[in-house]
Amino acid sequence: MKNRNYLLPVAATGILALTLTACGGDGGGGGGETGNGDCSAYESYGKHDGKTVSIYASIVDTEATSLETAWSQFEECTGATIKYEGSKEFETQIGVRAKAGTAPDVAIFPQPGLMADQARAGNLKPAPQTVSDLVDKNWSEDWKKYGTVDGVFYTAPMLANVKGYIWYAPKTFEDKGWEVPKTWDEMMDLTKKVADDGAMKPWCAGFESGEATGWPGTDWVEDVVLRAQGPEVYDQWVSHQIPFNDPKIVDALNKTGEILLDPKYVNGGFGDVRSILTTGYAQAGQPVLDGQCAMHHQASFQAANWPEGTNVGPDGDVWAFMAPPVDESKGTAITGGGEMVGAYKDTPEVQAFLAYMASADFANNRVKLGGAISANKGLDPNNGQSELDKQSIKLLQDPETVFRFDGSDLMPGAVGSNSFWKGIVAWINGTPTKQVADSIESSWPKG
Amino acid sequence: MEFIGGKFLQVFIALAVFAAIIGLIMLIVDRAPKSVRDKLTIVGFLAPAAILMLTGLVYPAVQTSFLAFTSASGQPNGIDNFVWMFTQPEALVTLRNTIIWTILVPLLSTIFGLAYAVFIDKARGENALKALVFMPVGISMVGAGIIWKLVYDYRGPGIEQTGVVNALRVALGMEPKQFLLDAPENTIFLIIVMVWIQTGFAMVILSAAIKGVPVELVEAARLDGANPWQQFRNVTIPGIRGALVVVLTTITIATLKVFDIVRTMTAGNYETSVIANEMYTQAFRAGEAGRGAALALVLFLLVLPIVVYNARVLRQQREIR
Repeated sequence: MKNRNYLLPVAATGILALTLTACGGDGGGGGGETGNGDCSAYESYGKHDGKTVSIYASIVDTEATSLETAWSQFEECTGATIKYEGSKEFETQIGVRAKAGTAPDVAIFPQPGLMADQARAGNLKPAPQTVSDLVDKNWSEDWKKYGTVDGVFYTAPMLANVKGYIWYAPKTFEDKGWEVPKTWDEMMDLTKKVADDGAMKPWCAGFESGEATGWPGTDWVEDVVLRAQGPEVYDQWVSHQIPFNDPKIVDALNKTGEILLDPKYVNGGFGDVRSILTTGYAQAGQPVLDGQCAMHHQASFQAANWPEGTNVGPDGDVWAFMAPPVDESKGTAITGGGEMVGAYKDTPEVQAFLAYMASADFANNRVKLGGAISANKGLDPNNGQSELDKQSIKLLQDPETVFRFDGSDLMPGAVGSNSFWKGIVAWINGTPTKQVADSIESSWPKG
Repeated sequence: MEFIGGKFLQVFIALAVFAAIIGLIMLIVDRAPKSVRDKLTIVGFLAPAAILMLTGLVYPAVQTSFLAFTSASGQPNGIDNFVWMFTQPEALVTLRNTIIWTILVPLLSTIFGLAYAVFIDKARGENALKALVFMPVGISMVGAGIIWKLVYDYRGPGIEQTGVVNALRVALGMEPKQFLLDAPENTIFLIIVMVWIQTGFAMVILSAAIKGVPVELVEAARLDGANPWQQFRNVTIPGIRGALVVVLTTITIATLKVFDIVRTMTAGNYETSVIANEMYTQAFRAGEAGRGAALALVLFLLVLPIVVYNARVLRQQREIR
């Protein structure tokens, strides 16, 4: 017992612990100093020298850097310091941190459900009047509704993304004399025409995505429910005021099945109907470029899935049109998603920051940096960095456009990220529609 | 970089506390009166490990057991989770698949491993032949899952096949097949992957055991006129019984816990889910922590008798020696 041999293992453990903890540092870091020194636009936010606003969000890497750049001038002009922390664990951690009393000043929620939980738990502060007024001015009512919980407005929207695009090769359409359809019926006519032509199958699809296999199919169904049954039914459906096996939803599934379950119409470049399940969603659009399939349904982010060097544009290699309305008189309806900015504190510097985030200035500053769009009406569509961004911004800003959040994100996890995916998989694999809807309905959490 | 300074401080404090506690234990043990010193030494040195065991293993196990009787919102709901497990068709499929896995994988892996070990025993280039079959053991299950997913890959008739098996089928004039979509045989195609991995493990252990069978016994049997099958059946098998039990039980436990292969290749779709995969899906994807815990509990109860049996056989062996 008198020797000092135990010091060696102690030291070794220490070094190990040191290395481990050093690796576990959080990301983030300061934003770039890229302001042009003109602070006139920022006068209304006041001076907050020496104050710090801490932000917590799920956004990381280059997207996080762009965000920090977008508010760097706000920091410079108001004197406030913005401490950003991005984490992929945001969705589980935000609840833990709020409970532990270490909530950030501001959280950027990737979807409304999580935000509503925090608001109902009494953790979030209602949005200040200035932010509420800004949202009234800059966003449509649909967007404000998603930031409102039990009649109280909590969070302003930030950025947006758009689902329901149908990708096609303009050159193929031109050569064959096909027209971009304006209504769902026209699209079905075109589908039949392409199939009869025989050069390629009209549709290609791929729902394979590891354990999330099936999600691209939920996007399909959501698009059809919104377009065929209208926004009211859509809202009732995602909030479970009508059951999942309601005849209206079963109808929408069948309408989707007219394309996806017809071996004449799918799956260009890959095989039969069931090959949809084994085709990765990121590869599924490729046959459009190869001339083996005419149309591919996928969100705006599909633009990043095309091989490098693919020209995305109205006259390029591929382009996209929005899935057309079933009933034209009901106007354009689109599904998509977006983040929401909520506050856990109501100090003046936090309120000033919230007001900036809801302003057109932020939207323009961020969208200019590329890779993002916003539904903010004060955003100049020409700030969009690609043709697709510009088109998406115009769609979102159009006062006639009905916007609805991705339904599976709004449903409880047991449905939205489990049984709905599994149901779609079983459905494509041959299970009858009604049985699929019944099984998803039975998985809806009780109470 | 302030957080690095903070972390250093934390590490330093943690180290100091750790050293202080160990030092204190040693001091107390050292200074204790002779009468209790032995007992105190045992307690002093076992306590840290025991405490870590209790917090890291026993406490979560107990908590999981309680969790198994609660609903998604954390309210006690009696045996509802178990009723769900034994009545819902999809949950029943999970149980059925787990049974198929646990019967087929240990059996096939051991038979193939044993046969291979016997045939290459004392053959030329034995080590190279062994390495060939042992290699899959070194591949992670996720890696194996991805490899085999590509092997089973499907393209429609008339389109160039990307999967090896379907390419062979088409070359032989057959239709390509969706290996992973058709129940129940798709479970068998997943089991093949696990057998592919585990055969190498069984082969190496059994090969070593075969070499441990005394040569005199084999020679005596041969002189008595036993044919090779009789030698194998009556001399080799009894001689390697201990190794066989270890191989079978180890593979059975690994199979009961199988998760990576299923999750990588089918994510539990197409009626291929097994208990471990369903446990993860329910607890972390569907937010049904209670159901996940109930499945974990059942999995634990299934593994338990095998561990007990394994321990007993090993003890018997030791007693014989």
